Amino acid sequence: MTAVPNAGDTPDLEALIAQWRSGLEQPSAVDPADADELEDHLRDQIADLTSAGLAPDEAFLIAVKRMGSVDSLSSEFAQEHPDRLWKRLALEPSGDERPSARSDFWTMIGFACAAALAVKAPAAFGVDLTDNARFYGRNAGLFALVPLAGYFVWHRGMPAARALRILAPALAGVAVVINAYPFEDGSDTETLAALHAPIALWLLVGVAYAGGGWRSDRKRMDYVRFTGEWFIYYVLIALGGGVLAGFTTGAFDVIGIDAEEFVTSWVLPCGAVGAVVVAAWLVEAKQSVVENMAPVLTKLFTPLFAAMLLAFLGAMVWTGRGIDFDRDVLVLFDLLLAVVLGLLLYATSARDPRAPHDAFDLLQFVLVVSALVANALVLAAMVGRISEFGFTPNRIAALGENVVLLVNLAWSARLHLGFWRGRLPFASLERWQTAYLPVYLIWATLVVVVFPPLFGFA
Amino acid sequence: MPKDLVAASATPLVLGILSEGENYGYAILKRVNQLSSGELEWTDGMLYPLLHRLERLGYAEAAWKVPSGSRARRRKYYRITESGRQALAEQRRQWTVITGALQGLWHEMSPPPSPALLKG
Repeated sequence: MTAVPNAGDTPDLEALIAQWRSGLEQPSAVDPADADELEDHLRDQIADLTSAGLAPDEAFLIAVKRMGSVDSLSSEFAQEHPDRLWKRLALEPSGDERPSARSDFWTMIGFACAAALAVKAPAAFGVDLTDNARFYGRNAGLFALVPLAGYFVWHRGMPAARALRILAPALAGVAVVINAYPFEDGSDTETLAALHAPIALWLLVGVAYAGGGWRSDRKRMDYVRFTGEWFIYYVLIALGGGVLAGFTTGAFDVIGIDAEEFVTSWVLPCGAVGAVVVAAWLVEAKQSVVENMAPVLTKLFTPLFAAMLLAFLGAMVWTGRGIDFDRDVLVLFDLLLAVVLGLLLYATSARDPRAPHDAFDLLQFVLVVSALVANALVLAAMVGRISEFGFTPNRIAALGENVVLLVNLAWSARLHLGFWRGRLPFASLERWQTAYLPVYLIWATLVVVVFPPLFGFA
Repeated sequence: MPKDLVAASATPLVLGILSEGENYGYAILKRVNQLSSGELEWTDGMLYPLLHRLERLGYAEAAWKVPSGSRARRRKYYRITESGRQALAEQRRQWTVITGALQGLWHEMSPPPSPALLKG
């Protein structure tokens, strides 16, 4: 117990009670209503003791002692309410919640429904999913991410004027380019644009997420954290959705109704775009409730990927095998670099920048360097042969992606080394990653906007 | 008083007090004190997990009320339910068996033990 200040002072008693209560409410099974109940008891006790002639501070000490130690109380409550130790996320807005949380829930529902409507709207004009897969493929990112941007403009309180000035033209620009370009049927540039538009759009959503303050390092890093969590939630929702769709078709099949058409043309597209907003809302709502998963997965997989890469390099040296170069090798290594970058990014996002370097930092360094070496070997094998394969849009895009990721990782490795030697603060690594985000946006925009005319929409 | 004895008697005591009428934690505790002439010493806080357990089992219902008067604080009142009364009746039957058996034993032991002997 801390020293008790001068007796007879009501504010001091209040402070003491508040302090006792906050000890009780520390992550434990005692919820605020229980704390209310216990506090009421404590105050009754204190009132009785003071009316019997004790000074308030003495009364407080005795009342607290009679109440039992906070630890034993917490463990007693934990036995009665073990569920409370599993932090819960209430899906439905409940009475206890702040009104803003409740209205946020309904806003989320609204934007999710808007996304579902948007994805079905073209069908009302005769552009349905089965016959126009190309149209839907190109626009998938727009259907899903424009409502998400809208949700964030609203949720994050981005000033409407700024949203209209910065965000709306950019989103509209993507929509126009992707639909107005005269792509050849089944052309590579169209596929590339369809793949890169969501990346560009996702980064634009970040502008709304930052409430317009997208120049801030911290907000950018926040968006990176959000992205990781969002991805995990989206995958979980998608798994659940798959199970639902399977049971829907299966159950209706039993009674001789073919629900597959309904599932593929309604449930799946609407669910897929709606879930984008729902997952975003979940991440926002549970931010402080549940441990972030992405950094946990990062810790789990960094050593495994490092081991895999070292084994790969070792096997290459040991067997002396050259790289069997075909068109997919570069794509494979682009994805590998992206995964390594993701591991680096999420470890960075969850790290306390003030902590000194530790074994995990070394592991990361090994991971990055081995990925760079493996990638360098691939590039070296490719250099002499690029002309022999020709400059197709796919190959240029893959090469460009490789360079974008390579630059990031190489510089990260350099910064890591500086940090290791104590010459650089860890924050410089963080800043490098957040400063690099626009490069992805520029590259993705380039692929969407410049590639098609450059390669004659082929 | 040994801990397990206190724990075993806590449920019938609280249910019994609630059967007298709706009540809240602090007053229940005062009543326990009064009934046992201060001999039964509970750690005050432990009453609440017990009350919550009775609530979970459906033996008691709870409601937050702001009592009349100048109080600004709300208070959680507990009321015994029908199944709470049944549980109390059952507990009462069991405790009657135990106390009856003990009474019979005390009766046969003569002369009645003095407090000094009991302590030994």
